[in-house]
Amino acid sequence: MTQLTTDRLLAILHECAGEGDPLEPTDQPEELDFAVLGYDSLALLETLSRLKREFGIDTEEDEFAAVRTPAELTTLVNRLLARSPSA
Amino acid sequence: MSGADPVVTGMGVLAPTGLGRDEHWTNTLDGASAIGPVTRFDADRYPSRLAGEVPRFVPEEHLSSRLLPQTDHMTRMALVASDWALADAGVDPAALPEYGVGVVTAASAGGFEFGHRELENLWGRGPEYVSAYQSFAWFYAVNTGQISIRHGLRGPAGVLVTEQAGGLDALGQARRDLRRGQRMVLAGAVDGSPCPWGWVAQLSTARMSRRTDPTRAYRPFDPEADGYVPGEGGALLVLEREDAARARGALDDGRWYGRITGYASTFDPPPDSGRRANLLRAARAALDDAGLRPGDISVVFADAAGTRAEDAVEAEALRSLFGPYGVPVTAPKTMTGRLSSGGPALDVATALLALRDGVIPPTVNVARPLPDHTLDLVTSPRRGPLSTALILARGHGGFNSALVVAGPGGPPSDPTQP
Repeated sequence: MTQLTTDRLLAILHECAGEGDPLEPTDQPEELDFAVLGYDSLALLETLSRLKREFGIDTEEDEFAAVRTPAELTTLVNRLLARSPSA
Repeated sequence: MSGADPVVTGMGVLAPTGLGRDEHWTNTLDGASAIGPVTRFDADRYPSRLAGEVPRFVPEEHLSSRLLPQTDHMTRMALVASDWALADAGVDPAALPEYGVGVVTAASAGGFEFGHRELENLWGRGPEYVSAYQSFAWFYAVNTGQISIRHGLRGPAGVLVTEQAGGLDALGQARRDLRRGQRMVLAGAVDGSPCPWGWVAQLSTARMSRRTDPTRAYRPFDPEADGYVPGEGGALLVLEREDAARARGALDDGRWYGRITGYASTFDPPPDSGRRANLLRAARAALDDAGLRPGDISVVFADAAGTRAEDAVEAEALRSLFGPYGVPVTAPKTMTGRLSSGGPALDVATALLALRDGVIPPTVNVARPLPDHTLDLVTSPRRGPLSTALILARGHGGFNSALVVAGPGGPPSDPTQP
């Protein structure tokens, strides 16, 4: 089963919404809020739509509402993958 | 009235005739037509196959990767035009009051190329393949919004949707904002929908030329006129209240372009009413607004619709206002095609450059204007002192607009005027 990694998620974010805001060298982007990374709600919507297509997850957007960081989103996507019947 | 007239202190031009003001102006004076076969999509199976496309525009050279997934082609060009206009005016928006600069643009169709692609995704692959950015990227007002966000311009914002006439209407609206106390407005239009969806929308009016020879396709006022060639691009201008421009030193170095001294718009009666078109009323009202008489106008930039019926209406309006052969008339858009709302905004920029340099740019490909029109059509660059220009524009569906610009030296002074 394909799992989402944070590196892959950051690459998808980049493809969907362009490069994020500049970071400090010590920053770990997967732990930062999407807002701090410079991705707004539309950027996330576009990214979620892409994740649904690429990973075949099928879920309500409400489940994503509480997600704040790439690491949290990666965890959520992988949890959904684990419980999906096709997994 | 000059104190109430906005001054033009900057311009950003992206046109088929050139990327940037200087390239556009040089090519325009050279009579270098930019009309050619459509390259942005495969137009081979359409009855009209020529366009005026902006050459060598590489969005990645100007815009961040963040903007590219969310912008239509014409929005990308508009954003670059906004950068260039502000730079030309020597304006750092961050240094101005937060709500001090407004944005008014015009649009004819919105981001049609973006919308076309997303509609293809919708019907070809399903709703989950439609970009979330379609929610605004297609929208008529998107250029105003994106320009406002890019530069932090939080003054009054708006969009005018009156097809070609919008290019003047946006400047007219900016003038109103300035008269209400706004200090600066970035205004104009960059437009174009070079995609099959945009193409068939224009084909449906039956006014597009079907000729395939770029030198014969768009010949307004010619005996063989049979339609227009569409194009893309336009211009954005920095308009300022004169006192505000003076206070920041923008009028000190002689690099500013002039003033917008008159503006008016009218609407035509229904096509089957038998009543006359109202282009003449718009032109006359703009002259009245400027406090000028027809004899004060140095040059007219014609709407130049390119269909015989519409050309006849414009020629008659010019004859009524100025008399036969009464004023030099030009249509540099014969080199670019009609740029939707971007065209008249580009005409205003070109007119200001003409006033600056004292030369009327030519109309190309019209060797023998129809004698019935009694127009003094300028077909090669004509030098001489120019003080004022009248720019005319008609939008499909009955819109007429007219705008008067004067160079920094102002219109001819006449103490007997009110």
